Amino acid sequence: MTGLILARHYVREVMRTKLALVFGALQPVLYLVLFGPLFARSGVGSWEVLVPGLLVQLGLLSAGMSGFGVVFDQRAGVLERLRVTPASRMSLLLGRVLKDVLVLLVQAVALVVLGWAFGLRAPLPGVLLGLTLMLLLAAGLSALSYALALTLHPDLFAPIMSTVLVPLLLLSGALLPMSLAPAWLDALSRLTPFRYAVEGLRACFAGSYTSGSALLGAGVTALFTVGCLIVGTRRFQAENA
Amino acid sequence: MIHARGLRRTYTSKAATVDAVRGVDLDVSPGEIVGFLGPNGAGKTTTLRMLTTLLRPTGGTATVAGRDLLAEPAEVRRRIGYVPQGGTVGPASRVGDELRLQARLYGMDAAAARSRVEALLGRLELAGMDARPAASLSGGQRRRVDIAMGLLHEPALLFLDEPTTGLDPQSRAGLWEHVRRLRAEHGLTVFLSTHYLEEADALCDRVLIIDGGRIVREGAPAALKAEIGPGATLDEVFLAVTGRALREQGAAA
Repeated sequence: MTGLILARHYVREVMRTKLALVFGALQPVLYLVLFGPLFARSGVGSWEVLVPGLLVQLGLLSAGMSGFGVVFDQRAGVLERLRVTPASRMSLLLGRVLKDVLVLLVQAVALVVLGWAFGLRAPLPGVLLGLTLMLLLAAGLSALSYALALTLHPDLFAPIMSTVLVPLLLLSGALLPMSLAPAWLDALSRLTPFRYAVEGLRACFAGSYTSGSALLGAGVTALFTVGCLIVGTRRFQAENA
Repeated sequence: MIHARGLRRTYTSKAATVDAVRGVDLDVSPGEIVGFLGPNGAGKTTTLRMLTTLLRPTGGTATVAGRDLLAEPAEVRRRIGYVPQGGTVGPASRVGDELRLQARLYGMDAAAARSRVEALLGRLELAGMDARPAASLSGGQRRRVDIAMGLLHEPALLFLDEPTTGLDPQSRAGLWEHVRRLRAEHGLTVFLSTHYLEEADALCDRVLIIDGGRIVREGAPAALKAEIGPGATLDEVFLAVTGRALREQGAAA
């Protein structure tokens, strides 16, 4: 309940600055508009391959940088103020994560609708399952991002995260399928959970709900998210957070 | 309202072990305004953070607002208000939204939160500020918003960490008046840390001086000054007890 109250408060803050909502999704949208037509005509893949990748890109970049908000809150004394209320530490984290997921849902739906206008054709259940998988991944990543923001020096959070997220995005195969990669890059890619999430999403969009890729993607993403939520909660509970 | 015995906090790292607070005994009665003074690094902030549940003591016992600090930290949090030194609201956040959120976190429903915030804004001379972003307020107004944040749930005990640091003399005097009125009207107990000895002198019934992690002197400002001699100031008391002048400490902090 407390988590919901916090999430509602944060969502209202985001809605007040609607530009942030638009700019948060701008990068995947630009890829869709400027890179998508080339991708679809290159023979490498179709819109059904690209759009799930762009959804993971959206989740990775937005949720990965979400910890930035807590850096500001820590500086302004907001976090300390909240930590002296009866609200549980876990709800302080979950409220933020839920806000991130809701904002991403709006951005992801807009991306899918735009993709549809360009030529994406996928079964509705597959799209819904894919969105669920992407939001699950984003929830974990968001929790991890908050944990890192409370651990790293405030000035280092943004440069470290932006440096780490780009290679993770490239390794996930979100932009180009990893089937094109040399063996060493393919093997490296398999060490990150995002590769499995991307392939899971693509399987959902292709309607292969019970394929190995879909099941492995769902399993790895669920494990990743649970692990990240545990790490995030522990960090929020730490007395020096 | 506060009873602490042997309260201790030791920081242990690979490099060193530091005893930040070395066994603090203190008692604060209901309705008292108590000032907590000490040079930088004396253990003032650590003690305050322990009493407000933000830091777990490594030794000793304490009851705060009638609840055991170690066994019932969540119950302590329900009963105290805390105004941290660095503020409580982000610059872009709207004052009313943040206050209503805080009220909801103390279990009030939306209607109760609205009416409580409205009443508190009026009482602290912040009427009309509800929709204003915090950055648009003066220093004194922002500090009153911070105090409102600590009073939303009508706590019996309010902790103020350096409440007037950075405020001009007029705003400082205004804030003292608000604290006095809250005590007079609601019997609020106030435990405040400060770098301003004139603040402790003007506002506090009693002061505690901490140095080297221990309480080294306590008493009513008038009694402490009388110990030094006729016409003595609290600055002279502080200098005699700690060997350092607090004003320079505050300026450097």
